[in-house]
Amino acid sequence: MTDTSARHIPDRLHSAAARLLKSWEVLLLAVAVAIFVANSFASPYFLNAWNLSDATFNFTEKAMIAFAMALLIISGEIDLSVASIIALASTAMGAAAQLGLGAPALVLIGLATGLACGAFNGALVTGLGLPSIVVTIGTMSLFRGISYIVLGDQAYRGYPPEFAFFGQGYVAWVISFEFVLFAVLALVYGVVLHRTNFGRAIFAIGNNPTGALFSGIQVRRVKFILFLLTGAMSGIAAICLTSRLGSTRPSIAFGWELEVVTMVVLGGVSILGGSGSIPGVVIAAFVMGLVTFGLGLLNVPGIVMSIFIGLLLIGVIALPRLWAMRTR
Amino acid sequence: MTQYLKSREAILLGAILALLAMIATRFPAFVSPGNLLNVFNDTAPLIILALGQTVVILTRCIDLSVAANLALTGMVVAMLNAAAPGVPIAVILVLAVSLGAILGAINGVLVWKLSIPPIVVTLGTMTVFRGLIFVISGGEWVNAHEMSAAFTGFPRSVVLGLPMLSWIALGIAALFLLLVFRTPLGRAFYAVGGNPHAAVYTGIVVGRTQFWAFVLSGALAGLTGYLWVARYAVAYVDIAAGFELEVVAACVIGGISIAGGAGTLVGTILGALFLGIVKNALPVVDISPFWQLAISGSAIIVAVTFNVRQNRRRGRIILKRAEGHA
Repeated sequence: MTDTSARHIPDRLHSAAARLLKSWEVLLLAVAVAIFVANSFASPYFLNAWNLSDATFNFTEKAMIAFAMALLIISGEIDLSVASIIALASTAMGAAAQLGLGAPALVLIGLATGLACGAFNGALVTGLGLPSIVVTIGTMSLFRGISYIVLGDQAYRGYPPEFAFFGQGYVAWVISFEFVLFAVLALVYGVVLHRTNFGRAIFAIGNNPTGALFSGIQVRRVKFILFLLTGAMSGIAAICLTSRLGSTRPSIAFGWELEVVTMVVLGGVSILGGSGSIPGVVIAAFVMGLVTFGLGLLNVPGIVMSIFIGLLLIGVIALPRLWAMRTR
Repeated sequence: MTQYLKSREAILLGAILALLAMIATRFPAFVSPGNLLNVFNDTAPLIILALGQTVVILTRCIDLSVAANLALTGMVVAMLNAAAPGVPIAVILVLAVSLGAILGAINGVLVWKLSIPPIVVTLGTMTVFRGLIFVISGGEWVNAHEMSAAFTGFPRSVVLGLPMLSWIALGIAALFLLLVFRTPLGRAFYAVGGNPHAAVYTGIVVGRTQFWAFVLSGALAGLTGYLWVARYAVAYVDIAAGFELEVVAACVIGGISIAGGAGTLVGTILGALFLGIVKNALPVVDISPFWQLAISGSAIIVAVTFNVRQNRRRGRIILKRAEGHA
């Protein structure tokens, strides 16, 4: 990804570990293919167009957030409140649906809630200069807390029928609306990160915020926009998820922030900021989706799958480092 | 003198007293000594975990796996008790602390030897530990009737007017104060967090110091695991789910800087007590317990704003943010 842009900031550092990381996407793709082949041998139900289409719902909503989160983490910040933003946006949409508002209004409300939450995080981090990890641990409790205050142990149902399209609709044959949205967003984020000045600025900030500031990048504004984007993507994910489930509880999407961060890190984005790529995140989304789906077909309970996800998260970071230690 | 009045501990103590006074105007029974001791006892697990988390955060790390560690250790000792009721409590305590310490050491080794960012390590081990509880228990619960009377009775047994649980929290607080103020390791926690490069030149191994912080945090999580399942007389996969955030919240409210090296144990204890009082007061003043999550979230945000303001006034390190990212 070292294209010839004006600033010549490499996406990756040049060290022994980085050389291996350079082929990270290739390695990850090989893992994805291996899991795919293993799955098709392990279960006779795997190679079925409808089943595979169903499997994409395991990751499309999380991956939408992961794209924005990747940009945010590359810039050196993090947002742990994304799952709580989903809960709040879903609650807002549910409340609006009770008032009899139609699908277009619900979509607007979901997006607006996401944007507002993102702006709140962004203002606290860039305006007051607070560390993003603490701020978003706080807003993680706050946003979901508001959902609990509004809903308690109740649930919102009764969404308008046309609202179901976003999470349950199909564009053509087995291609779901969510999957198309995922593909379009992947393309948009890939272009923004790897082919625009704004993308180069994100890498520059992640590698050296002070240096970026002195080279004329408006660090705080870029970071604020990234928090806005993450909030907006959480709002979009909330629309899809609420539409798919057809109901809202305050515990909706609980724990998703970890899966989103895992997806981003698995995709080769450095948690310390400064390096990563969108293609990597896309492949990581497929890997996680395939693992979850394959284990599900083999009747492995969800909580045991989380062991695999946890080991995957540590393993993908530990292995290149162990490798680098051995070859040094 | 004004310096002491402006300190985080004094402000927090003032806030706690104001909170208690406010509750007392309408519900005087809440501030009776007996009830306050109950509140303290109820907050004891949070205090114990927050003390462990404090030393981890002091060294610029974070341990998000404490609640999962607690639940896993709790399940192991509960299953042991159900299978062999004759095992004495002393053995159970040693086992819980050692198992917790080993789980903490796993975090520590990954941070020290492979220099993986602590947040990634503990996010990973958190999900792995939770999953392991399901694997060893098969998703089953260990219920009160399967536990021995000695097992569930220990944390409640009253010694000199206080339950054992409260005494353990007080004892650990005393030990940690000694550790931090009177031992080289305790001072190293601050040195590593305040300036890791300078710490290296004074002969401190940064990674090893962080390793011991994780071991301490893990050992306390293990101990709390036993106390938790014994006190509530039940063990299942999801006990204390999400409790790690309350633990971090107690530290942040207590003035521990997430950037490391700043904050005191007294602050942490006050931070935990603040959350404990809010939690216990909500049902008394007839506010739905569903408010608790939003209140602790707001408290974190307010507290971290204070933290940053205080650091800024002192003008400690000009390029701190840039250095943090390097």
